[in-house]
Formats: sequence, structure tokens, C-alpha cells
Amino acid sequence: MNESLIVVENVSKAFGGVVANSNISLSVPEGRITGLIGPNGSGKTTLFNSIVGYHPVDSGSIRFQGREISKLRVQRIARLGMLRTFQQTRIYSKMDCVQNMLISVPHRNTRFFDMFTRFPPQTLEKAESLLEFVGLYQKRHLISGDLSFGQQKLLEFAMALMNDPKVLLLDEPTAGINPTLINGLIDRLKRANSEFGITLFVIEHNMRVIMNLAESIYCLAHGEMLAYGTPDDIQNDQRVIDAYLGAH
Amino acid sequence: MQNDTTPAWVYIVIATAGVVAPLLFPAYTNQIAFLWLMVLFALTWDLVGGQMGYNSLGNIFYFGAGMYISAVVQVGMFTDVGTYTSARGGEQLVLGYFDYFYSLGAGVLLAAVGCVIFAVILSRIMFGLRGPYFAIGTLGVALAARELAGTWEWIGGGSGIAMPVYPGLPDEKSLVFYGIFFMLAVVTFVCVRWLYSTRFAQAINAIRDDEAKAEAMGIHTLRHKTVAWSVSAFFLGMSGAVFGNLTGFVEPLEVAFPTVTFGIFMVVMSLLGGKGTLWGPVIGATLFHVIKEVTWTYLLGWQWVALGVLIIVNVVFFQDGIMGWMQSRWPERFGITVDASMSSRGGKRKGGAGA
Repeated sequence: MNESLIVVENVSKAFGGVVANSNISLSVPEGRITGLIGPNGSGKTTLFNSIVGYHPVDSGSIRFQGREISKLRVQRIARLGMLRTFQQTRIYSKMDCVQNMLISVPHRNTRFFDMFTRFPPQTLEKAESLLEFVGLYQKRHLISGDLSFGQQKLLEFAMALMNDPKVLLLDEPTAGINPTLINGLIDRLKRANSEFGITLFVIEHNMRVIMNLAESIYCLAHGEMLAYGTPDDIQNDQRVIDAYLGAH
Repeated sequence: MQNDTTPAWVYIVIATAGVVAPLLFPAYTNQIAFLWLMVLFALTWDLVGGQMGYNSLGNIFYFGAGMYISAVVQVGMFTDVGTYTSARGGEQLVLGYFDYFYSLGAGVLLAAVGCVIFAVILSRIMFGLRGPYFAIGTLGVALAARELAGTWEWIGGGSGIAMPVYPGLPDEKSLVFYGIFFMLAVVTFVCVRWLYSTRFAQAINAIRDDEAKAEAMGIHTLRHKTVAWSVSAFFLGMSGAVFGNLTGFVEPLEVAFPTVTFGIFMVVMSLLGGKGTLWGPVIGATLFHVIKEVTWTYLLGWQWVALGVLIIVNVVFFQDGIMGWMQSRWPERFGITVDASMSSRGGKRKGGAGA
């Protein structure tokens, strides 16, 4: 069995009186694709935000490569090699695609005076080849905010790859993307996993996508962990079906 | 901002104009010197407000702080500051050429250093504020500094400090200070032009477009913000020091912290020329300064109304300023084009995976 890259233990998070996550435990094995599903409002994005340090957790522990990270800030965690994409796609909308890619280089080992250097030619080559990988090479000099929503999503994915993360947390990567392009995106996610060796942890609403993509799936409902298993287990789990159809 | 592709003749024309102008129009030497000061104002404001998206209304603080630092240093090199200021201008500092320029140099340099220190400290405090809160917060800093300077007796309080007297004739003084302002503007331009060619530019642009994303990508946001404001403060501090010496008299309300004139002009000039561009602030400052001088001469009494109309037209019809308007009009001239080839290897394969 692979080692766990991310280990979440008994994490709880409440906003005022609303309990978004209660006693969540899960682990994301290195080199695999893990899924996270659950009905709307079940606490998936809150859990993502807790993991990447967007807000402090109320209790529990989050470890990344064995290191406790629940007290670290967003930037520190990102520099450790754990990156997330957003449900509402976020790119640098007034810069062109190439610039979006260039500034997404890893900042793990940057020293103070590195900010006054230029990007080496290899970085530009890498940026362009990744843009080609997601199919945006032609549009690389366009202002990214003028791209279609789907293209922005692809750009955001390419930016994440540019950062050489160890693990990528994707919040609904296929939401809002034209159905005919979803297959292409699944293919690219799988290639990012197999060719670049990036561990993926994916929130997804599209059942066809997640069942196709993930090797193991966690299911949240009402802020609690409902079920865990292979795609087949999850699909046939009566509790999961009830949660989605509203039997609660 | 991308690499500067301005043709060389533009620089040659500007440099020539800068050198020749005071000789051709000696009566306007001070006005043209202030034009270079305006260029410096717009460039330093745009570095933080345009390129980084932090709309500061308090950058004038560094101008005034630099001015006071240089005043204290220059006076303090020859006499006791407290005694000098308590004499309320009864005593004037008359120096020889060497002492004058030596102390001026020291004053300008220490003003720059002091303002950078202020910027580093203020960055820690102010950059926790975002959007309009940052704008109001920085305005508060400028206003507070103005009030403090007005009550601090050691630096002259409300009645100010008289600067050392220039040892030569007034015309000569005008020319010398013209030269200094011109050089300051050129050095500022060269510095920001260089900054915009490094990865620093992409980082502060990223902060402008989506700071939360920049944080999520691991960019050292506070570090970049501090450097941007410090560079801005460095040049503003020097310009304030030189301005104080040109005026000959430093007091808090009209000279050191003119929040509603220079402090607002900085913003207006950048918006007019097009914020977030290299040339926008230069064009905006030039246009603004010319319009301002003309209305002050020919529309006296209505000059503020004329400026108000200019600002309204700018904000309502040309929100992106002159450069921004040109970029949306002729995007291909700014390199915003679709590439015909589908791949970095130049092949035109069909299909691909565009969305």
C-alpha cells in the first residue's frame, strides 16, 4: 500500500452555529487519485479550505508528508507542494496566458533577490509546452480574462501543473465545462497523475467523471464522513444513494 | 507589463527635449521642472496603485516625510535644529557652494533611506487592508502625519522650517533644480522600466488581479508589496527633499503634505494616462500638467472646475486611461494576438483541444 501523503484526523470546523465538518478523518495515498463527493452543502469545500490553510480548524490534525500543517498559512502550505484550484475559477484575468503561467512557477526555494531576476528560457518553454498540453497554445498571448470559462478552467489547471505540486486539490474541475471536453479533461487529469506523478484529490459532482477518475472515494453528508470505498462500493452503497436522493 | 518595445527615437526625443527645454523657454524653467516632478509622482503611484492594484491615497506622506528628513539633516549639519526653528525664521542659514550641495546631497540621500524605512514599517500595518480600506487607511496616514508635523515644535510646527539659502542667483538655482528634477524623473523611469522587465512585475500584477489566488500559489505577497511601496517611497522621499530645497521653506499644510493637490494629482495622472502601464503615467502626467498650467493661466477662477471636468470625463468615458483605451482599440499592436500554429514545434495540427 502506498504511503499517505495527506492525513486528516478528527477535523471539525464550525461557522458560528453551523457545523460544516465534524470529526472528519481521511487519508490521501501518494501517487493515486482520490475522490471526494457529497451533496451540496455537505462540507467538501470547507474541508479543502481547512487542508490548504485557508482558515484554522476548530480541532483535529492535518498532516502533509508527516508534518503537521493545520497551523500553517496558505502560502507556506502552497510552498510545501500542496496546491488547490478553486470552484470559481481563479486566474490573473488582466495578464495574458503566458504571464499567468510564468508567475505560477514554484516559490519553494525563492530567495529575496530572486524577484529581480528574469524567468529563464526553460521556464518559458515549460509554460508553452504545458499550455499546449491543455490546448491553449494558440491563445497564449490573449488576455486570460477574455477566454471562455472552460478555457480559463484549463488555464488554471495548467498553472497548477506549472507549480510542480506534489499533490493537487481540485475543486470541481469539470463544473461548467462543455460535456464534449470533459473526456479530454479526464484524460489530462489522468496523465498529470501518471506522467507527472502528481497525487490528485478531487471534489466532483459529476458521478460519471469521478467514478471514471478516482481509485477510491470518500463521501461526505451533513459534514460527516458517510462512506469510503472503491467507485463500485460507493455506487452501490445505500447510504450514499439515500444522501443524494434526500432520504435524510 | 511586458518588455519595453518603445522605439529608441522616443527616448532620444524626450532626452533632448528635457535638456533643451529650459534653454529655449527660460521663463518656464520651474514649470517644466514641476512637469518632471509630476512624471515621478505618477510613475511611483502607478507602481503600487496601477501595477499592484493597491490604490494609495497617502503616497504624499513619503513626499512630506522626505522633505522634513532632509530639512532636519541639512539644518542639523550646521546648527541646532531646535534653536533654529524656535527663532521662527529670524535666523537664516547662508552657506557656501560646497557646504550647500554637500548638505543637500546628504539630505536627499537620508530622506530616501528614511522613507524606505517608513515604507517597510507601514507595509506591515497597512497591507492588511484591502481595496477601499487601504485607500482610506493610507489617506489617514498622510493626514495624521500632516497634523503631527504641525504640532511638533522641534521641526517648527505650523510655522515650518526655512531651508538653507541657495548660494547663487535665482536663475541659476532654477536651472540647477531643473536638472535635479529631470534626473530624478529619468532615474525613476529607468528603475521602474527595469522592474517591469523582471519577474517582480508578474508577481505584483498577479497580486492586483487576484491576491487570494497569488497566495494560494505560494507567492510571497507581503514581500512583493513591501518592495513595491519601498521603491515608491524611495523616489518620493528624494523628490520631497529636492522640492523643499527649491521652495526654500517647509511647512506641513501646503508644502510638505499637500494631500488634496499633489496627493490627488498622482492618482488622477495615472488614471488619465492608463494605470498599470509603463507609459501611461508619463503621458498622463504630461497631459495633466499642461492642462493644469493652461487653465491656471487662462481660466483663472474656473481652474478647479476644469480639472474636475477632466477627471469626470476620464472616469466616465475612459476608465482605462489613454493607454488602456489604445490597447482595447488596437490589441494586436500590444502583442495580444492568436497564434496560427497549434504547437511550440510550429506544426499546424488540426483539432487540438481548445475549449
